[in-house]
Amino acid sequence: MMQFACPHCGPRAQAEFVYERTVDSVVALDAPPEEAMRTLFTRNNPRGVDDEIWRHTYGCRAWMVITRHRVTNEISAIRAVGPEALI
Amino acid sequence: MITFSFDGKSYTAHEGDTLAAALLRNGVGLVGRSFKYHRPRGIMTAGVEEPNALVTIGEGGRTEPNTRATDVFVYEGLVAKSQNRWPNLSFDVGSVLGLAAPALSAGFYYKTFFGSAKKWMFYEYFIRKAAGLGNAPTQTDPDRFSQRAAFCDLLVIGSGPAGMQAAVEAAEGGKRVILVEQDNILAPSLLRDPQAQDAAWIKATAERIRAAGGRILTRTTASGYWEHDLVTLTQRIAEPGQIPPHNVAQCLWHVRASHVILATGSIERPMAFAHNDRPGVMLSQAVRTYVRRFGVVPGKRAAIATNNDDAYKTAQALKDAGAHIVAIIDARPSPAGAGSGFRVYNNAVPLSTKGAQHCLKSVTALVDGKTVSWDADLMAVSGGFTPVVHLHMQAGGTLDWNEHAQAFVPAASRQNVTTIGGAADPQAIFKMVPVSSPKKSFIDFQNDVTLADVDLAWAEGYRSVEHLKRYTTLGMATDQGKLSNMAALGRLAEKQGVAIPEAGLTTFRPPYTPVTMGLIAGAGAKDAGAHIRRLALYDLHAAKNPIWQPLGYWFRPRAYPTGGETLAQAALREAKAVRTQVGMTDVSTLAKFEISGPDAAAFLEIICATTVSKLAVGRGRYTFMLREDGIVFDDGTVWRLDENRYLLTSSTGGADRMATHISYVRQVLCPQMRVSAVNVQEHYAGIAVAGPKAKSVLAALIGEEPPRHMSTVPASIAGVPVIILAASYSGERAFEIYVDASEAEAVWAACETQVKEVGGALYGLEAMEFLRIEKGHLVVGGEVDGRMTPHDLALDKMLNKAGGYVGASGLARPALAETGRRQLVGLEAIEGDIPEGAMLVTQEGASPVGHVSAAAFRIIEGGSVALGQLTDGFARHGEELIATSPTRGQKARVRVVAPHFYDAAGERYRD
Repeated sequence: MMQFACPHCGPRAQAEFVYERTVDSVVALDAPPEEAMRTLFTRNNPRGVDDEIWRHTYGCRAWMVITRHRVTNEISAIRAVGPEALI
Repeated sequence: MITFSFDGKSYTAHEGDTLAAALLRNGVGLVGRSFKYHRPRGIMTAGVEEPNALVTIGEGGRTEPNTRATDVFVYEGLVAKSQNRWPNLSFDVGSVLGLAAPALSAGFYYKTFFGSAKKWMFYEYFIRKAAGLGNAPTQTDPDRFSQRAAFCDLLVIGSGPAGMQAAVEAAEGGKRVILVEQDNILAPSLLRDPQAQDAAWIKATAERIRAAGGRILTRTTASGYWEHDLVTLTQRIAEPGQIPPHNVAQCLWHVRASHVILATGSIERPMAFAHNDRPGVMLSQAVRTYVRRFGVVPGKRAAIATNNDDAYKTAQALKDAGAHIVAIIDARPSPAGAGSGFRVYNNAVPLSTKGAQHCLKSVTALVDGKTVSWDADLMAVSGGFTPVVHLHMQAGGTLDWNEHAQAFVPAASRQNVTTIGGAADPQAIFKMVPVSSPKKSFIDFQNDVTLADVDLAWAEGYRSVEHLKRYTTLGMATDQGKLSNMAALGRLAEKQGVAIPEAGLTTFRPPYTPVTMGLIAGAGAKDAGAHIRRLALYDLHAAKNPIWQPLGYWFRPRAYPTGGETLAQAALREAKAVRTQVGMTDVSTLAKFEISGPDAAAFLEIICATTVSKLAVGRGRYTFMLREDGIVFDDGTVWRLDENRYLLTSSTGGADRMATHISYVRQVLCPQMRVSAVNVQEHYAGIAVAGPKAKSVLAALIGEEPPRHMSTVPASIAGVPVIILAASYSGERAFEIYVDASEAEAVWAACETQVKEVGGALYGLEAMEFLRIEKGHLVVGGEVDGRMTPHDLALDKMLNKAGGYVGASGLARPALAETGRRQLVGLEAIEGDIPEGAMLVTQEGASPVGHVSAAAFRIIEGGSVALGQLTDGFARHGEELIATSPTRGQKARVRVVAPHFYDAAGERYRD
């Protein structure tokens, strides 16, 4: 079980988090149909570093982007998303 | 003295004995029968790697099968039983299988039975009965298993001299230290091999670790190494089968460490020779452990087979204890062993043993090409040392090959873990090749795999070690190949003509030793696994003794039977009350969200596929939500409570999913919006009042004219503020009353009084289902099944023409507009009652063209009606089909109709 440093709560066990999707599979609301479907169904699956969206569901419930190496599980960056992150 | 029993016979043990030590002390040599051939087996080791001496410990719910006799400490009253034998251990009918051993080689079952499925079905029962380990207990475990989390700067696994030294240095250096030892004493290896660090040193060091704030856990196994330096520890508080002191039998620790030191030592290897599995053949260090730690001498005349110096210590220990060493069979050339004072045979390898099933009688070896035999009742074997690298490998490490030790040692790791002591630097050995008959040379004792099985797998083309493992089942027993893997790798490398490191390795997976399932479940067993949420009005319902129905994680009343009514009778009475008078029901579990802020309407038009911004204050409408791929995933209603304040309701079962979806859209897709979305599902309790008299009931309750259909007003009932939504699921004029859950009882009581006064009734989910099916309303999980587009559900006219909602792009996929899709239809029985879940066919035996998603009866007139999904159903109204449920043996002839069986025009909503 991995450990993530939640930007709001600090280091917490992976069990408190729920994985959502990778950043590059976020479908923009204004995406044209073909682009939206490509984003949704033709995803990258790199053997290496990727940006993933997780939610601290069983904690502060905030969303964040975790940059993770998908083989070694090394976490190189975690940043908050959402209105608070805009400030 | 401690009294225990084995196979019904009573024995005595010394304080601190393992069951294995106590059995040897009592001269019990035969402990179990092997997995496949039912060969007699004794005690081979003195540790967790024991493959043979598996027993069932305890009685009733505390029964623990497949427990290693070497890994349980005897307590007063311990009950142990041997396994895999019938009718008893000494006379086992299954052992005739041993005579047929050549036929039971690797792949035997597959080759023999997989050609014919029927044959396999017939024989499987007998095979499963014949091959096996202990039986799982059938009673509930009366004990509790706890779990806890811990954090430390340094976790030291293994309390040998290296581990204890590392722990004390770190603890006194100010680090938070946890030291774990799987044995019940610290540094048990020092009892086997006394060194400068004696008992006083162990005691003093342990005290220093504790004084510096360190924690020491004995009888605790590090069973798994997970990501980011999380190590799970399984702590035995009570021995298997023992009544624990405070009901807690074991504790599972989740330890997150900054750094982990593995001082896990090594496991001695057996040698491969004929009948090397006979009781009386033991590992050399195990023999030494029994002699020095437990004061048990397992034999009087011992032969020792070795390829290293370590076994000479065993010879010395046996000699000191009064045993006679008949020979040391040393694979190394002279002068190895010279000057030891024992009779040493160099260039010697063991060939075979003879004996009875309870004991060993003689040992034969090949010495410089000549066969030599000795009478012996004990054979101590040392084939080298395998470092315990399991945790290092579970942590994602790599291994190096150590030529001197002929062993893999830890190399790089991607986690913060270091291996020290014997596990990092095993003793040098002499490389030797087995020369004995492969057919009786066991390498995996627990799964009965011989060298011949490895050879056969090779001959049949299994080249990869992973394939070899699965074909022969080598290393797949409960000991996970702790003794066998290196022998198999050696044989495979020999066949391939490569060095062992090139032959490859199988994966090391947790747990290191078996973990009780109850420990993994912990307190999450039984009902605690999925919590039951109780309605705010639970007590009021319970007082009426309803039939309950699970819905999501809620329990809701399904019906309120009175006077001996069945469920169907009660539901029909309740539904009739709604159609003719008035009924009320608890709808508290519906998902509810309060959306507010200047961008609230714009936000809702992203979540909902219908228009929202045109709603006037005080009005509401039906809505539905799409997934990104354009499929409907939930529906509900949206209400404009105020200029910038909306209430959104959706299905009970989809409440969590909807909450996550709303949060995702809010936080990830629209972080710039000025909107707040709050989940108020449990803040409000909800009461629905429905029926021709609902309006007058509500007028009496709120003391004013109730809102017209699809309107909302704030009001007050019994002095409690409420929100009234005039919405109908039943098809009657109806109102949903939302109230702060903590004040709901007073409102419910007032409603109930009023409803009963005009001849109404309470109704449950079953009646609600009748009502909504007759009306043709959808249910999420029924008609909305994750495959239907708005068009398939005839909702497309309500879509927001401006687009912009989640799923608008997905819905534009051309395939979703093609013909041949399942579409929502109504079904009316012509003959028979329509079975729910039935498939729809055009004639008997034809492929299904749809299915029945919900079936009910016309409430007043009677007659079976249903909702269903039918291929191109919109164009098939009037067609006759068969609704058939072969599993229930029920069918009906049906006519396809519009999915509205009651008040299609919505006249009954109008005042």
